[in-house]
Amino acid sequence: MKKILMVLLILMAPVMAQAAGGLSCGKVDCYKAKTDLQNKASLQRGVKLFVNYCMGCHSTKFMSYERMATDLGLDKELVLKNLMFSDGKIGDYMEIAMPEDDATNWFGTPPPDLSLVARSRGKDWLYTYLKTFYTDDSRPFGVNNLAFADVGMPHALQGLEGMKKAVFKTEKDSHGEDAVVFDKFETLSEGTMSAAKYDQAMLDLVNYLDYTGEPAKLVRYSLGVKVILFLIILLIPAYLMKKEFWKDIH
Amino acid sequence: MSKTQALMGWIDDRFPLTKMWKEHLSEYYAPKNFNFWYFFGSLALLVLVLQIVTGIFLTMNYKPDAEMAFASVEYIMRDVEWGWLIRYMHSTGASAFFIVVYLHMFRGLMYGSYKKPRELIWIFGMLIYVALMAEAFMGYLLPWGQMSYWGAQVIISLFGTIPFGLGEPIAEWIRGDFVIADATLNRFFAFHVIAVPLILLMLVVAHIIALHEVGSNNPDGVDIKKNKDANGIPKDGIPFHPYYSVKDIVGVIVFLIFFAMVLFFAPDLWGWFLEKDNFIPADPLKTPDHIVPLWYFTPFYAILRAVPPLLNSQFPGVAAMGMAIVFLFLVPWLDRSPVRSIRYRGGIYKFALAVFVVTFLVLGWLGTQPAGGIYLTLSQIFSILYFAFFILMPWYTTIDKTKPVPERVTD
Repeated sequence: MKKILMVLLILMAPVMAQAAGGLSCGKVDCYKAKTDLQNKASLQRGVKLFVNYCMGCHSTKFMSYERMATDLGLDKELVLKNLMFSDGKIGDYMEIAMPEDDATNWFGTPPPDLSLVARSRGKDWLYTYLKTFYTDDSRPFGVNNLAFADVGMPHALQGLEGMKKAVFKTEKDSHGEDAVVFDKFETLSEGTMSAAKYDQAMLDLVNYLDYTGEPAKLVRYSLGVKVILFLIILLIPAYLMKKEFWKDIH
Repeated sequence: MSKTQALMGWIDDRFPLTKMWKEHLSEYYAPKNFNFWYFFGSLALLVLVLQIVTGIFLTMNYKPDAEMAFASVEYIMRDVEWGWLIRYMHSTGASAFFIVVYLHMFRGLMYGSYKKPRELIWIFGMLIYVALMAEAFMGYLLPWGQMSYWGAQVIISLFGTIPFGLGEPIAEWIRGDFVIADATLNRFFAFHVIAVPLILLMLVVAHIIALHEVGSNNPDGVDIKKNKDANGIPKDGIPFHPYYSVKDIVGVIVFLIFFAMVLFFAPDLWGWFLEKDNFIPADPLKTPDHIVPLWYFTPFYAILRAVPPLLNSQFPGVAAMGMAIVFLFLVPWLDRSPVRSIRYRGGIYKFALAVFVVTFLVLGWLGTQPAGGIYLTLSQIFSILYFAFFILMPWYTTIDKTKPVPERVTD
């Protein structure tokens, strides 16, 4: 058995070596989004940002206000009053009023529903995306994005973050050819938030989107611990029973 | 006579309940030296039951309609009580099924469990494997995500490569439309929830009846029926119940611990069990950059892509992929070794099997990578190794030096 394993590992080696990758988030490596779903305050700040800055165009149509309010520990009356603009009911899904045809006219493609964006893109990608808008006059909305090349939306959070300029430089790539790579950002205008505050706000927003992608995440870890502990405890009598039955088999 | 005995007597006069219990459990004599690798048969049965039960509950809220399918899965994940748990059990169960079945098949290859008189057990097992692939493939269309849609599009278009003008009509007949559409979803749902599960269940029964007819093999490959005591019971045999039932319970609990670890802590297993792109609703107008089938199909996908097209047709690749599965069926007749178990075989078979395992894993990984450059070359090398394992088997199992097989099992 050991010999077989050795042969396996030796044969795998050249293949594993091939597994090298490029940049994980478009023109940059993803920034790590260290968020905590147990942090209710962060989720509450996140939903506030989402409703105020994203929900003008983006729905989360699989998520109901009621479920969100319950999970985030928000008072339903307050949600009705502050987070819902129309005369909606608390059981409504978080949909938007923008007609899809108009949206297609304005943006070229309707702004996607964001219910599952944290699952299809990943938290780190979202965090990187939210932090890498930069000015680009060649684009219809005057901005571009490092994680999402030629993005079709404006920088909705410009008021908070301000505007940045991206500086690129030319470098030799691994094949020895010239490649234009991202160097650094330069601030063009200040927003209402400091860089540190903006980072925290984006973490809150990503945290909220992570929750929206899978509300069950709030419970599944703790339930998993209980289930596995139960199984481990159950394993003890099961193993002893097996030993007892098998003691006279030689 | 107690009331229970009276009831049993009443039933036994009308239905062979006690007889079946004895034949398949309390007086089915299994070799006493089963090791770790012998857990996976009962685990496969466990996962089958798990899939059927969770599947029934999913069906209660799932809607096989192109307009509603994706949303109904999200409804199950969010608004159905414990829906997320049922859905993750089902999606994790699908991958677990293949893991368990692959390990079960590897056990067969290690200990020669397919050799005479167990050829039909192997054939039934392989049919189960093929039915399982069909079941998984059609089930994966149901969430109606991008990968569901485009994965199915790619796999069904494979039928379109069949030559003589038959391909496209066949592909269309399978889809019920010119592209994957509502009609396809509806029929795949029908196959996934009733047609294929029925076939699977019948094959599993046939697999077990054939096994219990000839008796189980063991890690030594010793024929335990050659050494019987005065009562006609194999000296190295022990009744399946209670010995292996209590042992399998331990196996089940250990399995469930691993299962729960995935289910609760990483149900998508970083994209291996649930692909990221499948959280985007199916869009017939937007082809994903990178269409990858789920991991259990990727070895065959890599073989498919490794074969170059002939006269502008991908058919040779499709044929190679088909042959990759057909060869597995032929193993009982390709293996000419006089011994069953790897314990008494020579170095050549051990080496061949090790290379085969690596080949299968590497092909599985290559199937997830873009086809081109070094990946394509590697796919071709490993595809050749895959087929060499089978094609050269009659030769290397003949020349391989074997050790004498003991009369009785060893541990």
